[in-house]
Amino acid sequence: MDAILFYCLAALTLVSAVLVVAQRHPIGSALALIATLSALSGIFGLLGSPFIAVLQLVVYAGAIMVLFLFVLMLVNVRREEERSGTGRRLRWTALGVCALFVAQVGAVLTRLELAPSATPFAAGPRDVARLLFRPEYLYAFEATSVLILAALVGAIALARKEP
Amino acid sequence: MSAEMLQHALYLSLALFAIGALGVFLRRNVITVLMCIELMLNAANLAFVVFSRAWGSLSGQVFVFFVLTVAAAEAAVGLAIVIAWQRHRDTLDVDAFDSMKG
Amino acid sequence: MMPEFWQQLAISAALIAAIVGTLLGLFSFMTWVERRLLAFMQFRLGPNRAGPLGLFQPIADGIKLFFKEELIPAQANRWAFLGAPVVAMTTALASIAVLPYGPPITLPQVTWLPKWLAWLSGRTIPLQIADLDVGVLYLFAVASLGVYGIVLAGWGANNKYALMGGLRSSAQLFSYELALGLSWVGVILLAGSLRIPDIVASQASGRWGVLPGLLSWNCFVQFPAFVVYLLAATAEVNRIPFDVAEAEAELVAGFHTEYGSMKFALIQMAEYVNMITVSVLATNLFLGGWFAPLSVLQRVLGIDVGLLWFVAKVAGLLFCFIWLRGTLPRVRYDQLMRFGWLVLIPVAVVWILITAAAVVLLGAG
Repeated sequence: MDAILFYCLAALTLVSAVLVVAQRHPIGSALALIATLSALSGIFGLLGSPFIAVLQLVVYAGAIMVLFLFVLMLVNVRREEERSGTGRRLRWTALGVCALFVAQVGAVLTRLELAPSATPFAAGPRDVARLLFRPEYLYAFEATSVLILAALVGAIALARKEP
Repeated sequence: MSAEMLQHALYLSLALFAIGALGVFLRRNVITVLMCIELMLNAANLAFVVFSRAWGSLSGQVFVFFVLTVAAAEAAVGLAIVIAWQRHRDTLDVDAFDSMKG
Repeated sequence: MMPEFWQQLAISAALIAAIVGTLLGLFSFMTWVERRLLAFMQFRLGPNRAGPLGLFQPIADGIKLFFKEELIPAQANRWAFLGAPVVAMTTALASIAVLPYGPPITLPQVTWLPKWLAWLSGRTIPLQIADLDVGVLYLFAVASLGVYGIVLAGWGANNKYALMGGLRSSAQLFSYELALGLSWVGVILLAGSLRIPDIVASQASGRWGVLPGLLSWNCFVQFPAFVVYLLAATAEVNRIPFDVAEAEAELVAGFHTEYGSMKFALIQMAEYVNMITVSVLATNLFLGGWFAPLSVLQRVLGIDVGLLWFVAKVAGLLFCFIWLRGTLPRVRYDQLMRFGWLVLIPVAVVWILITAAAVVLLGAG
């Protein structure tokens, strides 16, 4: 049962990710990205992390992508055109570089022997929170809140119309 | 959740990252480039969660939490820059911004 | 002799059929109730021709919408236009899956069931389709996803009124979503769990040893959070006074300007189901779920009437929604955004601070 769900979600993720890159219209890419993020959330749930799965839906699919869609609609995007001339060289170079990257990292990954850990894995909100508030991560946690505040102020300052 | 599924999840993460990188190279609209960057961040998140499961350690998930928050902050600021950019030059083409070139 | 998996599957299938069926039936009943109640409040009669007391009106409406011509505007993006009602309905239905609709029911022990049904006798069935450990957080996620139905509807129609309505409405939705989520945090802190049945259980009579009956409910213990929740929920389901999205006579019909027939019916259905969901959630989180106001009233003639109390509370809240619609004028858009960001969110945050301080200092919850 787990396996069927996992492979279906993985297929959905891959197809949507390819659509993100292949679609000509940016809003189509955004919708494909939403599908990818939701499928990933399902995979996180299958990997035993319900908290992160729901957080992914709330933050990524529910907030960040809404922001993207908003900006796309406000800026009134149109269908993108193909690159010309030197652009074609770029396309083949990009494909070559990515293929090389996949080959290298893939070679390392095939040598890994992963197995689900034997120790019982409790990953509910309480457990993650207990870890987050330990001294190792507490500073990073508080720093992240300041970061978000800075981003908030920065985004408003940058996008504001000059009076 | 078998060992083989974990391995395949890791390959999925690699594939997503490569697709995202390809998108960053190939797409012309700057917002689409930002979206491909988000795709790469998600590939990293998937790798974190896979390893968290493999080693039975919750640190991986704490890292995903941080990546999520930082990605949100980055998306907000990035999009604000895009809006300011569009207002200034009326184009969203990455190729049009070459005034610092050469 | 059915293995455990199939037993569970059979129970889940029956629950899904029962709950979804009841809710969709309730939706059509609600359209009739709303029109009649609004009419009485406005000193007129409302639909009373179709069938006794006009009770067949929803059926008549359904048949009319079913037979109307399906129109798609020429320049509209087909996928977005047709997909938007689907997304709206999907998220509406996804949210009803994690809510409990009453106390767990214990089937009576009987001996006359055939062998393959024998596992049913004496079984306790929770009236909840999926009991997630992260229950409340999942609802927040689905609420965030609900914005897409409206965004897609507004954009896909290729109509400037629809786009304006869609953008305004989604801005409203995700602003009030924050206040909504923050209002739950105090409740979660006191209950110590994200599971909804746990939160309901924390409101049992005799909370902390001192509070009797209905004073244990979160609507009294967490009164500011309750007020914030009600206001945010009204904005989330686009009800008056926060229905700028549908602003009849302002933006033509807002984001669903170009929709007719079944697509429109789906969008209306999604909206009513959201309203019912929000009322059920309020009952679970703030109004004590299936607990009676006085503990003596919990059992009548030996039968646990928690289910009836639950239904009564939900009905009361739905009546309040209709009452608001009949009484208040629409809030202006900038007033709405100002209220959401500058009033509701600070109130919610300050209340969380107070609750958290109380939990730490007094050891409550």
